[in-house]
Amino acid sequence: MDSLNDLEAPASAASTVAARDSVFKARSITKVYHMGEVNVHALRGVDLDLYAGEFAVMLGPSGSGKSTLLNILGGLDVPTSGTVMYRDRNITAGNEAELTSYRREHVGFVFQFYNLIPSLTARENVVLVTEISRDPMKPEESLRLVGLGERMDHFPSQLSGGEQQRVAIARAIAKRPDVLLCDEPTGALDVETGIVVLDVIDRVNRELGTTTAVITHNVSIAAMADRVISLSDGRIASVHRNEKKITAKELVW
Amino acid sequence: MTALNRKLFRDLLQMKGQVTAIMLVIACGVATFVMSLSTLESLRMTQQTYYERYRFAHAFASLKRAPNALAARIAAIPGVAQVQTRIVVDVTLDVAGMAEPAVGRLISLPERPTSGLNALHLRSGRFLEAGRGGEILASEAFALGHNLSPGDHIVAVINGKLEKLTIVGVVLSPEYVMQMGNGAAVPDDKHFGVFWIGERELEAAFDLDGAFNSVTLSLMRGASEPEVLKRLDLLIEPYGGVGSYGREDQLSNRFLSDEIRQLRGIGMVAPAIFLSVAAFLLNMVLTRVISTQREQIAALKAFGYSRFEVGMHYLLFVLVIVFCGTLVGTAVGAWLGKGMTHMYSRFYRFPVFFFRFDVATGLMALGVSVSSAVLGAFGAVQLAVRLPPAEAMRPEPPATFRKTIVETLGLAFLFSQSARMIFRQLERRPWKSILSSFGIALATAVLVLGNFGRDALDRLMDFQFSIAQRQDVSIAFVEPTTAAATYAVGHLPGVTQSETYRSTPVRIRFGHRSRRLGIMGLHQQRDLFRLLDVHEKSVVLPDEGVVLSEKLAEILHVGIGEKVIIEVMEGQRPVREVPVTGIVTEFAGTNAYMEINALRRLLREQETVSGAFLAVDSRYTQELYRQLKTTPRVASVSITAATLQGFKDTIAENQLQMQMFNVIFACIIAFGVVYNTARISLSERSRELATLRVIGFTRAEVSGILLGELAVLTLVAIPLGLVMGYGFAALTVWAFETEMYRIPLVVSHRTFAFASAVTILASLLSGLVVRRRIDQLDLVAVLKSKE
Repeated sequence: MDSLNDLEAPASAASTVAARDSVFKARSITKVYHMGEVNVHALRGVDLDLYAGEFAVMLGPSGSGKSTLLNILGGLDVPTSGTVMYRDRNITAGNEAELTSYRREHVGFVFQFYNLIPSLTARENVVLVTEISRDPMKPEESLRLVGLGERMDHFPSQLSGGEQQRVAIARAIAKRPDVLLCDEPTGALDVETGIVVLDVIDRVNRELGTTTAVITHNVSIAAMADRVISLSDGRIASVHRNEKKITAKELVW
Repeated sequence: MTALNRKLFRDLLQMKGQVTAIMLVIACGVATFVMSLSTLESLRMTQQTYYERYRFAHAFASLKRAPNALAARIAAIPGVAQVQTRIVVDVTLDVAGMAEPAVGRLISLPERPTSGLNALHLRSGRFLEAGRGGEILASEAFALGHNLSPGDHIVAVINGKLEKLTIVGVVLSPEYVMQMGNGAAVPDDKHFGVFWIGERELEAAFDLDGAFNSVTLSLMRGASEPEVLKRLDLLIEPYGGVGSYGREDQLSNRFLSDEIRQLRGIGMVAPAIFLSVAAFLLNMVLTRVISTQREQIAALKAFGYSRFEVGMHYLLFVLVIVFCGTLVGTAVGAWLGKGMTHMYSRFYRFPVFFFRFDVATGLMALGVSVSSAVLGAFGAVQLAVRLPPAEAMRPEPPATFRKTIVETLGLAFLFSQSARMIFRQLERRPWKSILSSFGIALATAVLVLGNFGRDALDRLMDFQFSIAQRQDVSIAFVEPTTAAATYAVGHLPGVTQSETYRSTPVRIRFGHRSRRLGIMGLHQQRDLFRLLDVHEKSVVLPDEGVVLSEKLAEILHVGIGEKVIIEVMEGQRPVREVPVTGIVTEFAGTNAYMEINALRRLLREQETVSGAFLAVDSRYTQELYRQLKTTPRVASVSITAATLQGFKDTIAENQLQMQMFNVIFACIIAFGVVYNTARISLSERSRELATLRVIGFTRAEVSGILLGELAVLTLVAIPLGLVMGYGFAALTVWAFETEMYRIPLVVSHRTFAFASAVTILASLLSGLVVRRRIDQLDLVAVLKSKE
């Protein structure tokens, strides 16, 4: 953690970030799930751009469609209609193999429940990803970045929740992804640990310039974003740009 | 090692109990496969080499008496490579140390045995020396059966005279790899022996100077055996030829071929069952592994692992188990095969009987086990491959429960809360409950199969030797005799009952199918030699018509009421069309029966008999034997007790040895299945059980819920397993059936009880292991982890 703390940067970079290129261009995205005889409309026509290097928070109550949107951006799911362009690449037109290579080359995921492989140590969980990446950092390096240099050879069961989530972040960033997508990364953590984890994500965004999208239902977290995208009932309710964003450590909830 | 492989390795290690259980089941299947195949291959190779090197003949025929000049005409038949004529006679033997008489087959050897057919292999002593009388060579089986070695003597009744013969050598012949007398159902090395004696001596003794009564010949490559046999029959017919036959009908060879066929049967049926169980277990375990690793799979896919890589990862999980199982199974199988070969070498007489393990057999075993496992795992691996990563990130939908049938019927008050939980759990996922029960049933079924062999043999021996054929002694006369013999036989010492019979070699034909056999004429009123149908009811011999053994009827494709053609192969050789009037149950050989007078009419004879079945007062047996030994008209004496002993020593011993392994394998399978079922159910329920513990249930109560479930599954499985076991037994009967033997489909209560008991024991032991696990359950950790 210390190494990241030493690299403290100015809090407001929103305007500069906004001026950069769009990384994602999502247009008229809908997603319908067929649950037995009922059709559930998770997304009802979403238009969204995410810009290079920005830190976006997607806010909304459960069932608002934010996870579905994140999964579609990350190539884990495909929309029922609409297109998503990742730079020049239409990821909604690709087949399974193309989606796989898209995820492999460009996306880092962080999940609410960490999804670590319990039979692998922290380091091995990271290696799992670096082995299949083109230009990864050293697993040790990414673990040091999240402040776990000392606990690399521990199994997930030997780590606290916050530590596990930091391993998950290390695993996500080790491939030097272009985008980091985090689904409720603090959902399973207490406040203090949550702040530590958000701080790491914030650092990654700033230090590595990784375009970052964080999903949360926790309104307080919105304060550290460049932009806050609020979702409600499958639609984007509002987009709000923070004039001044605060650091994770300043968060209270 | 890649991180993914490291995960694989640790996953396997973590599930070592279950993994070992499955591995052992695979090892069992592979072991039986390798054992039967390698033994089969060894036996086949040994047989082939022996036949080739020692020039085993291709065709055989016996006749009454033909001049040696006929040999040249036989040799002239197109396709015949080499002809060997000889004299073969069966005589009564008096062997030191044995009260009852034995049958000796004397075969003439030319003065200068050169490169003839059916060459002898000298085991000890020397070959016959020209000009020296009273010398014989003894077959190894008989010599060993009586502890005879070169220098020892035997006494034979040769043409009414007692002759003392000196054994100068112990030999083996490709004609007698399995040494059996005419009409014998089983080998009996104590009461039947083959001997080779100088040609001159035999010619003189039996008044066959310049003549022969047996011919064997080899065929040229590409010659048509049926054609040669037909021509041979025409040539020997005027000389009392009783029909030639090829290797297929040669007794010793047929015995061997049947053994090889049976081994092939075992090599197919048993591994098929074992490997299906393994496939089933792999499917069960892998499905569970994949369901617990749902989110890990999602994460792997999210990070860019392709469907193929994920599929391979889980396939590898299976392949590691299969590979280890195959390795262990192949080693055990080769070891067992070596043991089997050793056992065979005790009753198959080969100059060298070596065990051969072919690498190809090992590879084949690997191929078979891998394909069955992959087949079993395919569905589960598909689950992992198909799992959409986004869906896997969402928790599984909560289980839906409903009231059970019992509860809707308003009988809920009968059950405790725990019992209701057990039943709801079972009903909630009926398919899974059915599968688990099916798995346990499969184990029970294999246990039934394991012990079925003994039941079948017990039944066979009981049926053949005490229900159907109740005579103590059967005798055969040298030649058909007048009915006066009936009177003489009835007055032999100790004989309490006697039934004479007439038998004659025939060929029975129906359509294009035919068989050579000895048809037997029996009196209508009989008490000793009984003919029984499937229900053990006596089959009556009608005044006209023929009764066939089930197997013969099956081979000929003939049913009751249809007419078969009977060609008599001796005397005037009449040919008659005769209706089939009945079918009898028999487990050995292919036989046909007629009423004795009907057979005599067919033969255009009166009052002739070929032999008799006797019931003997045991106090007088010694005296009877003594007298029979010196009765020149009696060609052979067969003693039921000795036959039974012979059967026990050979076939039964062989089968029981096999069965012992089957039972061991079946126990392994039973434990493998039940243990895995229990462990999976624990893994699925640990969260729920921990919750119950937390809200105040005692350990005993919590264990009770899980073990109660296992108990219900086991109790449902057992009856199903017993039925399936019966089915497996039927499959085995079918696979084992040969022309010479069939095994009855009988499963005893003892076998059913044993199978049930072992299944219950397996459940109890697995229950104990699971119980210990429940006791050690880390409540907090389980509840915190996200299922």
